[in-house]
This record gives sequence, structure tokens and C-alpha cells, in this order.
Amino acid sequence: MQSAAQISQADLRELVTFKVGEQDYCIDIMSVREIRGWTPATVLPYAPSYVLGVINLRGTIVPIVDLSARLNLGRSEPDSRHVVVITAINNQMVGLLVNSVSDIMSVNRSAVQPVPEAASEATGAHIEGVIAIDDRMLRVIDLQVVIPSIGEREIG
Amino acid sequence: MTKIDDIRDTFFQECDDLLEALNDGLGQLGDSADDAAFDDQTVNAVFRAVHSIKGGAAAFALDSLVKFSHHFESVLDLMRSGKVQPSIDLLKICQKAADHLTDLVASARSGNDQTGLYDQDLAAKLLAFGNPDSGEVAAPEQDFGFVPMIIPISLDFDTPTDTSTFIIKFTATYQLFANGNDPVHLFRELADLGEYSVTADTSELPDFDDLKWDDIHIKWEIRLTTARHLSDISDVFEFVDGLCALSILRLEDELATETPPQLPDIVQQKTALIAPAAQTPTDEDQKLQRGTTEKISASPKASVRVDLDLVDKLINIVGELVINQAVLTQCIDDAGLPESSQTRASLNEFKTLARDIQENMMAIRAQSVKPLFQRMARIAREASDIAGKSVRFETLGETTEVDRTVIERLVDPLTHIIRNSVDHGVEDPARRRDAGKTETGCITLSAAHRSGRVLIEVSDDGAGINRPKVLEIAVSKGLISADAVLSDSEIDQLLFLPGFSTAKVVTNLSGRGVGMDVVRSAIQKLGGRVNISSQPGKGTTIAFSLPLTLAVLDGMVVNVAGQTMVVPITAIIETLRPKAEDIHLIGAEGYVVSIRNKLIPIIDLGQVFGHRNQVGRLSDMVLLLVESDRKQPWALAVDGIYDQRQVVIKSLENNYGHVPGVAAATILGDGKIALIIDPEEATERYRPQGQMRQLQGLEEV
Repeated sequence: MQSAAQISQADLRELVTFKVGEQDYCIDIMSVREIRGWTPATVLPYAPSYVLGVINLRGTIVPIVDLSARLNLGRSEPDSRHVVVITAINNQMVGLLVNSVSDIMSVNRSAVQPVPEAASEATGAHIEGVIAIDDRMLRVIDLQVVIPSIGEREIG
Repeated sequence: MTKIDDIRDTFFQECDDLLEALNDGLGQLGDSADDAAFDDQTVNAVFRAVHSIKGGAAAFALDSLVKFSHHFESVLDLMRSGKVQPSIDLLKICQKAADHLTDLVASARSGNDQTGLYDQDLAAKLLAFGNPDSGEVAAPEQDFGFVPMIIPISLDFDTPTDTSTFIIKFTATYQLFANGNDPVHLFRELADLGEYSVTADTSELPDFDDLKWDDIHIKWEIRLTTARHLSDISDVFEFVDGLCALSILRLEDELATETPPQLPDIVQQKTALIAPAAQTPTDEDQKLQRGTTEKISASPKASVRVDLDLVDKLINIVGELVINQAVLTQCIDDAGLPESSQTRASLNEFKTLARDIQENMMAIRAQSVKPLFQRMARIAREASDIAGKSVRFETLGETTEVDRTVIERLVDPLTHIIRNSVDHGVEDPARRRDAGKTETGCITLSAAHRSGRVLIEVSDDGAGINRPKVLEIAVSKGLISADAVLSDSEIDQLLFLPGFSTAKVVTNLSGRGVGMDVVRSAIQKLGGRVNISSQPGKGTTIAFSLPLTLAVLDGMVVNVAGQTMVVPITAIIETLRPKAEDIHLIGAEGYVVSIRNKLIPIIDLGQVFGHRNQVGRLSDMVLLLVESDRKQPWALAVDGIYDQRQVVIKSLENNYGHVPGVAAATILGDGKIALIIDPEEATERYRPQGQMRQLQGLEEV
């Protein structure tokens, strides 16, 4: 017999929330590998403007995406107060540059609402849904879209 | 993975070894085919390889494989018994059969249905050889696997005219039963050979109370009167070889002479292995012990099979160690410790150790090029069959060891080159005869270590490159201008241009004009270089020079507009600081530098990688002369050279993707990432298409 607690456990989603510019965003905690401070990256030639470069994560080369630029919120000027969220999906590791990490929270799956029409196309495409909590709105980032997929870079 | 899959994997791994042994053996037989002294050992080795494959295949119900190896085995068995003389023709068929067996194994491994692949013709040919006369030889087909086959053989030597009596002493070991053998089957086989009686020696049977059920207590003595030869009898015991104590003696021999009987080689190999401890050898026993020469086969060096992923992981960790060591060195440098300090001494030891570990790790991943060469031998055979030419394929230095990944990526380029050599290099027999050469052409594939790199050469003794024709074609295809004056080696280089093909007809083998430039780029991706040299009428040699490993590389650490980058040293011909008066401008942006009266185009790497928009002040910069695929040197301008060192190659592709002009990345002593430049691609990007013609003209200055 399944307990009620187990069922609700399966319905819960744990999210890491962070700030990009003045806005609140979040991603699923399962795709987060670690969170570290910003260190200057090695610039990659011919990279899209939102790719800041690559950093050395204990021997692995990890590209860093400026989330603010990626979401069309303007390029950030990274300094030591910025934070890099290292994510991994489909065996690909990518760091996301954000202003700060706020919290880890559990929300019910049903709390995630579809993206409202008001969102601009560039931003809306990168968001899988929104969550309204208290008086804040959390935007759930669609990592599959945000992270430049391997091979997409061929064009100079 | 289930257990059966494990066993299956092991079987296929063993198949690789067995096929290698098979090819080896056939190669040796091919070499000695004309000799009267035919090597029994080799035939045996070949037979066993095929037999083991058959046995394993039967266990996994790989029917086509079993069926084919059975036919093959029958022929080899006849060869082994001397009933069929190995002729050139037979060996050719055997080669083909070995190739086919390789295919069948490969398809079985990938889990494909092999019935479609099964080569009926070849099987029929084998069968024809296998049944020279009545067909009594081939064992019934259902009898696959572990049942010993009885093949009546008449041997030339020492054929017993009358029946003779043999005394066979047989003691099984525990292992014999554990392997699922049963003496009763063996005795039944013996009974088929002639008049026979068996007595069990139960003298060592303990009291029932002391009886251990899995110990061996019984010895058998068999008296066999037969017209057959001794080797027929020992063949019965072939499959329990090493699992029993066995002695066979002809009664007459024992009576007539005191010396052990002269036995053919094949029998001498079968040696009584373990004599049970209880057995005290009497005089008679010793006399009976046949084949006094206890053959201890040169046992191969002990080795372990290791998961490749594990090795790769270890190599990565060792890479980390090397990086960490660089970091440590930098820290100690920064701390300003004196040269003589204890810390520095220890650091130096650490460096030596790290390098040792790294070199040994690389050695683990290194493999001999032998399997690759065997594969190429097959390509050459098939190609010469299609082209209708007679070609002898020779290999040299097949024990040379190269990194596994390098070997894997050599298959395609080498296949191209060897097919080209057969198709274009070696002339047809008539032309060869006219030129005063032997009708059979010769292609040599060799490998050798040369100053930290591997040199692989394919040379043929064909007609050489037809340079006027090459030139003509290059001009007609618009690859060079009609009035270009090229040296011989420059003409040879034209073969590597994309879209170049000299064959009038596109054959099955080659001639699509994609070959050579693909070869070149494949080799260059490996950090290697291709060289071609040819002598009219004498032949052509194509040489690859390759790095030993793809995990580390010697690089020059340079400053490109403030970014630290690495240029592979193998690509650099020379470095120089240009004088202002040697730099000339062509058009608005085209800079060239005059070096020893040659004008060489300059590329500013800072501009190539978008770090600056304008070409920097070239007279303040350092130029690295690099070789490009067109043998046209280019000068890469960098802001300065920091260092020259070994760097660990890190892939950018895993987490990001390919960056144009960049081969990979590495981690420097300060933990920062530096990009490793691919000079080829960097110049390629910069150079406008179709500039070749214009550049050819430059050389004349």
C-alpha cells in the first residue's frame, strides 16, 4: 500500500532559484552539479555572444553561458560576486552565469503554470513555465533550450 | 549484463586472438609453401585456431560460423595429416576462408543474421579440397563441437603393414571430468579402431569409508590390436590432451628395442601431463612414457584483459596529475623558494615520477600494429583480385606499438593508399614483363619508431607517378595555372588536392578523386604528416609520420593578443622575428614576409580568432612558420612566445563543440585553459578559396 507521503513526494519538484538581473529564475535541482564563484573564463573564438568562454572544472573543460545575455536581458559584466551554476544534461556540462543563488525550494508539480502570453518571444522560448509564490514569480528555465547543444557551433 | 553475455564477449575477444593466430599461421605457410620442409607446428596452430572458433561458435549456436569453420577445419586437418599437400592455390583459398571467417565472426558479434553472408562458393571450394577422393573424410555435419573426429589417415612414413598391438595407459584427472569429458567415449572410439580390451586398475581404490567421491582412483590399461598408426590412436585423445596421464606404446617396439619409439612430431606434442602422485614410476613406466621430450610450449607473456574505459579513465587521471604537477611547479616558483631547497628537490622527483607514470600509461594503451597490418594484407589481396593483378604484400615492423586510437583512425587512410597502390601503382603483369620486372608486384607496408614518432610507409615497386600526366590533369582541372613551373615534389603534392584523380575510368577500387585529400586530412587530424615520393619506373612511397599518442602533445605556448594559446610543435618549421624591411604589403591587407628570397604570406592569429580587428604591428611580433596541406608555408604572427612544453589534450567537443581553427584545449600550470590551435584550419579559414593559383605564382619570385 502506498502511503500518502510517498505520493506527494513524487509530486514535489525541488528547484534551485537564482536571480538574473532583477528577475527570479529556477532550474530543477537534479540538473545542478555544483555552484561556484565566477572566475575569468578563457575566451572562445567564434562563439555566440552569450558564451563567455570556458573554465577548468577539475580537469573538465566547461563552457559558461551568460544567462542574462541568453535571455535577452542584456550582457552582464561578470565580477567576483557573480555565481556560476554548473549544470549537466545529456552528459553535457555547462555553467550558467547568474547574479546570485537565492534558495532551494520544493514546489508541487501542479504549481507550474504555462508561460503567459505576455513574455517576449526570446525569453519565453527559454522558459518551460512559471510559478507564482507569495508575491514573487519564478520562471522555470528550460535547460534543453538554454544550453547550446553540441555541434550547433559549426557556423563561425 | 547477463552472465551469458559476458561469456559471449569473452568468446569474441578470444576470436580476435584466434583469427590473428590464424592469419599469422597462414602467412607463415604462404612464405614457406615452396619449401619441402613444411612446418607441422604452424599447420597445427592454424587448425587449432579454426577448431576453437568452431567449438565456441557451437556453444552459442552460431550456425553459419560453425558450418563454415567446420569445412575449413576439415581441409586444414587433411593438410595437417599430410594427406593434402599445401599448394599455392590451396593456401589462397585458405586465406580467403580466413577472411570470410573474420567476416562471419564480425557479423556474429554484432548480432546479425549470418545466413545471408555465408559464402556458399567458398564453402564448396573448401569442400572440394576437403574431399579429394571418396568423401569418407568429412565427418558428418551434425557432429560439431566437442566430439572428437576420427579421420583415417595414411601416413607416408613408417606405415605399419600388419596389425600391431598397442598398450595404452590412461589416467584421467579431475579436470577431465570437470570439463565434461568421459573416458567411456574415448574407449568407444578406440574400440572402433580395432580389437580391444580394457582393464581397470582399481588397486588404488580406497576403502569405501575413505572414498572421496571427486578423487580419481582408477587407472585403465587398454590393449588395442589395430592396423592403424600410432597417431590415429593419439588423435582419439586429442581433446583430453593435458587432462590425463597417457602413454601409448606399440608392443613390438617395446620388445624389439629399448629406445622409445620414433614418433612423428604431432604425437610428440601430446605429452602426458600430470602423473598422479600415487603413481611411482617403474622402469617399465618410464619406458612406456612416450615422447621423452616434454614439450613446454613457449608460453606467451602473462597478460590481463582490461576494460578499455578503465584504461582511458586512468589516462585521464594521469593527465590530471601532469596538470597538477604544472600547477605545483608554478606555486613553488611563485613562492620564490631557493633552487637548492628540499621542496624543489622533491618536486623534481615528483616530476620524474609523473612522467614515468604517464609514459607507462601510454604504453598500456599502445597496441602493436599487427592486427591493422593483417587487415591491410586482406585489403591488398582483395584489391589485387579485383584489379586482376598479382601482388605480393609484405609487412615490416608489425610489432611497432602505437596508441590504440591512432591505430583505429589509420584504417581508412591506409585502405585508400593500399588500394591506390594496387590500382594505380603496380602495373599489370604484361607491362611489368615489358619493363623487365617480375610479374608479381610487391607492396610493402612498414612501421617504425622514429624520434618519438611513428613512421608508417606504403611503398610499391610500380611505375611511379606519371608526372607529366599529373601536371596535365591539374592544369585541365584548373587546379594550377598552365604556365606554373613546379618541381617534381611539388607535382607529387598535387595528388593531395581535393578533386584530383588521374584514373581514366572510375574503378571499383579507386579513382573517385576523393582518396588522397581525405587521406591527408585524416592523417593531419591525428597530428601527422603525409609525404609522397616517387621514382619513375621504380615505384612510389607514401609515408605517414604520426605522434605516438593523442593524449599529450608538445606545444609552443604563445601569446595571441593577450590570450594564451598553444601551437603544436610538429606543425612549426621555424620561428623568427621579422625585420620591418622584410614585410611587404600586397593589396590592402595581404602581408607577406620575405624569408631567404621566398615570399611567405602572414596570418595574424589575433585577427583570425577575432581578438583584434586590425593586423597588429608585425615588426614587433614573432612569426611561426607552419606547413600547410599544400606544402605552402604560412607565417602565423603571434605577440610572443612564452614557453615550450608538453601539454595534455582536453576535448572541447564533449561539452561545447568544435571551434574553427582550434584543435582542442589544455590546462596550463595556473589552472587556466589555453586553446590548442589547429594551424591547418586556422590558415584555411583565413585564406580565401581559390587562392592557390595566385600563390603558385609567388614562388617564382
